[in-house]
Amino acid sequence: MIRRTVCAAGRALSASRRCFSGEGVPVDVPEGAAGPPHIAKEASLYVHWPYCLKRCSYCNFNKYIPKESNDHIMTTCLQRETETLLQLSQVSRITSVFFGGGTPSLAPPSTIAAVLKIISKHVNLPDDAEVTLEVNPTPAGMSKLKDYCRAGVSRFSIGVQSLQDEDLKNLGRDHSSHDALQTIEEARRLCPGRVSVDIIFGRPRQTVESWERELSELLRVCDDHVSLYQLTLERGTQLFKQVQSGRVTVPAEDVMAQMYQHARETLQQHGFLQYEVSNFAKHNSVSHHNMSYWKGRQYIGVGPGAHGRFVPLGEDGVLREARTQTLEPDVWIYEVQKRGHGTRRRIQLGYLELLEEVLVMGMRMTRGIYHKHWELFSPHVGLHEAFGASVEVQDLLQSGKLILDDRGLRCSWEGLALLDSILPALLVELERQILPRLSDGRITKTSNPH
Amino acid sequence: MSFSLARRCCETPLLKRVVQFKTCRRKIESYNVTYTVFRHRWMKRLPVLSSSRMSTQPDKETVDLSKFPVDRIRNFCIIAHIDHGKSTLADRLLEMTGAIVKTEKNKQVLDKLQVERERGITVKAQTASLFYSHQGQQYLLNLIDTPGHVDFSYEVSRSLSACQGVLLIVDANQGIQAQTVANFYLAFEAQLAIIPVINKIDLKNADPERVESQIEKVFDIPQEECIRISAKHGTNVEQVLQAVVNRIPPPVASTNDPFKALVFDSNFDHYRGVVANIAVFGGRIKKGDKIVSAHLNKTYEVNELGLLRPDEHPTQKLFAGQVGYIIAGMKDVKEAQIGDTLYLKEQPVEALPGFKPAKAMVFAGMYPMDQSEYPSLRSAIERLTLNDSSVTVQRDSSLALGAGWRLGFLGLLHMEVFNQRLEQEYNASVIVTAPTVPCKAVLSSAKLIKQHGSEEITIVNPAQFPDRSVVSEYLEPMVLGTILAPDTFIGKIMSLCSSRRAVQKNLVYIDDQRVMMKYLFPLNEIVVDFYDLLKSLSSGYASFDYENAGFQTADLIKMDILLNGRPVEELTTIVHRDRAYSTGKAMCERLKDSIPRQMFEIAVQAAIGNKVIARETIKAYRKDVLAKCYGGDITRKLKLLKKQAEGKKKMRRIGNVDVPKDAFISVLKRKDK
Repeated sequence: MIRRTVCAAGRALSASRRCFSGEGVPVDVPEGAAGPPHIAKEASLYVHWPYCLKRCSYCNFNKYIPKESNDHIMTTCLQRETETLLQLSQVSRITSVFFGGGTPSLAPPSTIAAVLKIISKHVNLPDDAEVTLEVNPTPAGMSKLKDYCRAGVSRFSIGVQSLQDEDLKNLGRDHSSHDALQTIEEARRLCPGRVSVDIIFGRPRQTVESWERELSELLRVCDDHVSLYQLTLERGTQLFKQVQSGRVTVPAEDVMAQMYQHARETLQQHGFLQYEVSNFAKHNSVSHHNMSYWKGRQYIGVGPGAHGRFVPLGEDGVLREARTQTLEPDVWIYEVQKRGHGTRRRIQLGYLELLEEVLVMGMRMTRGIYHKHWELFSPHVGLHEAFGASVEVQDLLQSGKLILDDRGLRCSWEGLALLDSILPALLVELERQILPRLSDGRITKTSNPH
Repeated sequence: MSFSLARRCCETPLLKRVVQFKTCRRKIESYNVTYTVFRHRWMKRLPVLSSSRMSTQPDKETVDLSKFPVDRIRNFCIIAHIDHGKSTLADRLLEMTGAIVKTEKNKQVLDKLQVERERGITVKAQTASLFYSHQGQQYLLNLIDTPGHVDFSYEVSRSLSACQGVLLIVDANQGIQAQTVANFYLAFEAQLAIIPVINKIDLKNADPERVESQIEKVFDIPQEECIRISAKHGTNVEQVLQAVVNRIPPPVASTNDPFKALVFDSNFDHYRGVVANIAVFGGRIKKGDKIVSAHLNKTYEVNELGLLRPDEHPTQKLFAGQVGYIIAGMKDVKEAQIGDTLYLKEQPVEALPGFKPAKAMVFAGMYPMDQSEYPSLRSAIERLTLNDSSVTVQRDSSLALGAGWRLGFLGLLHMEVFNQRLEQEYNASVIVTAPTVPCKAVLSSAKLIKQHGSEEITIVNPAQFPDRSVVSEYLEPMVLGTILAPDTFIGKIMSLCSSRRAVQKNLVYIDDQRVMMKYLFPLNEIVVDFYDLLKSLSSGYASFDYENAGFQTADLIKMDILLNGRPVEELTTIVHRDRAYSTGKAMCERLKDSIPRQMFEIAVQAAIGNKVIARETIKAYRKDVLAKCYGGDITRKLKLLKKQAEGKKKMRRIGNVDVPKDAFISVLKRKDK
């Protein structure tokens, strides 16, 4: 791949497309400024690499510990599926690519190159498009970073999770804090300003004080992007069982809240602006790929268990579909080889359902939902009309948890931490406003903006 | 209130108070099906009556009741504290006289309802006619089974009115219990012959001599009159039959008088209409006779009549002094009013003294678990009340629980039995609210008196509680409670009673270890958990029973529950001023535990007028947002949020607080034991 031998060049290019909004919230240049968006003609693309070397105690993602290497077969199938879905979606441009997993840094760099190549073959993949790879900060992973860059990766998301070796062991991670620091350093050398670190708080035995120290340490070494996750106990994980049986305790609800608030404040003091519930960026180094999810854009999901949202080629060609690929890698491979695709489930999204997704995802951003953004999906019912009439929404506005103004609808600083309690009220009201209009024909039932 | 407090019962889960809040939903069977099965079971149990007849029994087909003049008839019933062996003795009597086949399976033959068998109690009186040979003479012995609980003393007194004597059974081990005392007085006041029977003498710890001396001391019956038996093994049961013939007087009635009968019970049969149980006080009656109900002055034609042995056994006629059933085309149990007098159309007679209608003393709301189940619950309640006219039914609705009813019961056990029958016989799942008692207000405002048409009004629903300013006094129902317990528990029992605003009336040692205490209680103080506390503090050795004791002036007030300052009308309660704080505090605590934390702080308060007397605070939570939400998470996340949004629609919003239905249920329902 000649396309992106130098990551820095890509960064310089993409940076020119963005600017700061007045309140210091990093935002894209409003779409309207560059003419009407062709969001039906473009999509982002997610590639799922389902394999891991071992199982983490907290993880319930779709991942498998392979018995033998079948990298080559997997690569061929990812290419094949990418081709299939690109053709079906009829997009002309892929705006960003994200390699997630599993542990995609176990995939050979040639796999990344092969997938990017097939994308470029069919559609426009701009040189400055963001291509992110999730990296496990192991020595083996680190040694391949350079090759990944050569293959076209322009952004690394590093699963640091913790800087405490004891905790890393308990979480079942296969790296040490030393490994993590080294990997961050190498990644920053290769893609300066385009390295993200993931960190988990609310871990067993963690205290507010130890979290504060750890976060300070991380801030000394990290690049321009931090993803902050509260440990969630997922059913079926080892950690869930340990907590259920009382062998392990996690911090109480109020302590978790304190850790989150503290981290938000500390990150802000260090120049990291929160742009989403869990994501913070300096110098506007937001994850464009993830932003496109929150903005309700189309995306194509390739690989076992991957999800997608796009309007497929069809008779009416107006309804967006929620698509899921077959979960088990072996079965997925078999289907792709045999039928040319591994899509297991397709569900057409109705008008209201799409709006619900746009709402739920959009409200996760600190900028919330702009009027223009909402109008793309709901040309007939504006934000004021959709939510202004609800007493409960009025309560939320008055208590300062929610803001509805000339710019749009968004959470306040305090409200963002309570988003999941706010959303049900918004969903109830949205349904109350939209359903009658749908049934009396004031709104026609197409679900994708044009 | 008087379950047996014998230790055995404490360990019996069946006697555990009914769980009011059953979440299980079962298929609603039609009444028809249930009923048919029920009958069928009985036919099976009594396969071929004639083949197993004993020599004492006249041929079934040729029963000639005219052969039994009044002096060869005895009408009696058996009364006892729970589990002292009433039903076992009845089973033996039935076997010995050939009414039923003697098998191992004869247990509580007269207790037909599932709830009766499970709880070992009798709810619905049954009647069995027995043929007994004594000194060469055939006797007709009518055993009228009675409910064994004071809640049903109304039923007991109905049964007693058709009898001339009773068998008073006392457990040889446990001795006299609270209910023994209550039942004795019912029989004593009805001036019936009382035959004390000491049962379970086969038990290792049986002490019949001690029990005989208790009987002499408490009831003033000479020790020699007691019959010691083991109903289980049949020991000395023959003596009981002889005593029935020798000691109980025959009914005073003459076949030469005009026909006159007392309706002492009635059942509703889905196919044949009302089946009325009658005691013939004079004359005779046969199929085809035209009879008149003195109460309604309506005429009916007798379609069928006969004896109960214990199943219906048609005969040609019934004569003075006998007890049996008639079917006369009555379509509604209300037509066969208990206590009504029947006479022949051509020969009107003066009506017999009837019964006072039963008065509901304990009220509870009943609501379907889900409003879609309202129609089926309604029909189940209607059908059950067909056979239990003592339950009062009033439609009610609650903002939190939807449409339902406020039902009035004779007592707590009555309520529990009703609820259990509703669940077992009709597969209905119900939310039963904590029981309340009616109170009265004496109005002082002339305008209100005019409006209500009387000076004194009864208040069942707290919403109708009139303000202090228009009332000269409030009254609350009182009961006279009897507690029997070993004397080692006197101290604990006395302090429990005084904490319940009870006044001691009497304390007597019935032997050297056991005491009988009488207290005057406000009914409200014993309806919820008094019995359970008494049971636990006496290790199960105390027994308790009560009788109604009218109304008494009380300092009653209306207490509101507030959420962030807004009153929750379904939680408004009428309480005695002395109990307001503890009741209010408990309600606030229960609400605090059942309302989920929200985005803001919630004050849960109990208030009297403008004065807050108790407060709990539900703290606001500060974080509620899922950490990760990317492309692959949307489906799951949205599903979860939609579920919450659906749940939100079902919640009741009071001010800015969302209150789930479960929170109301946990405050309103009776506590699970």
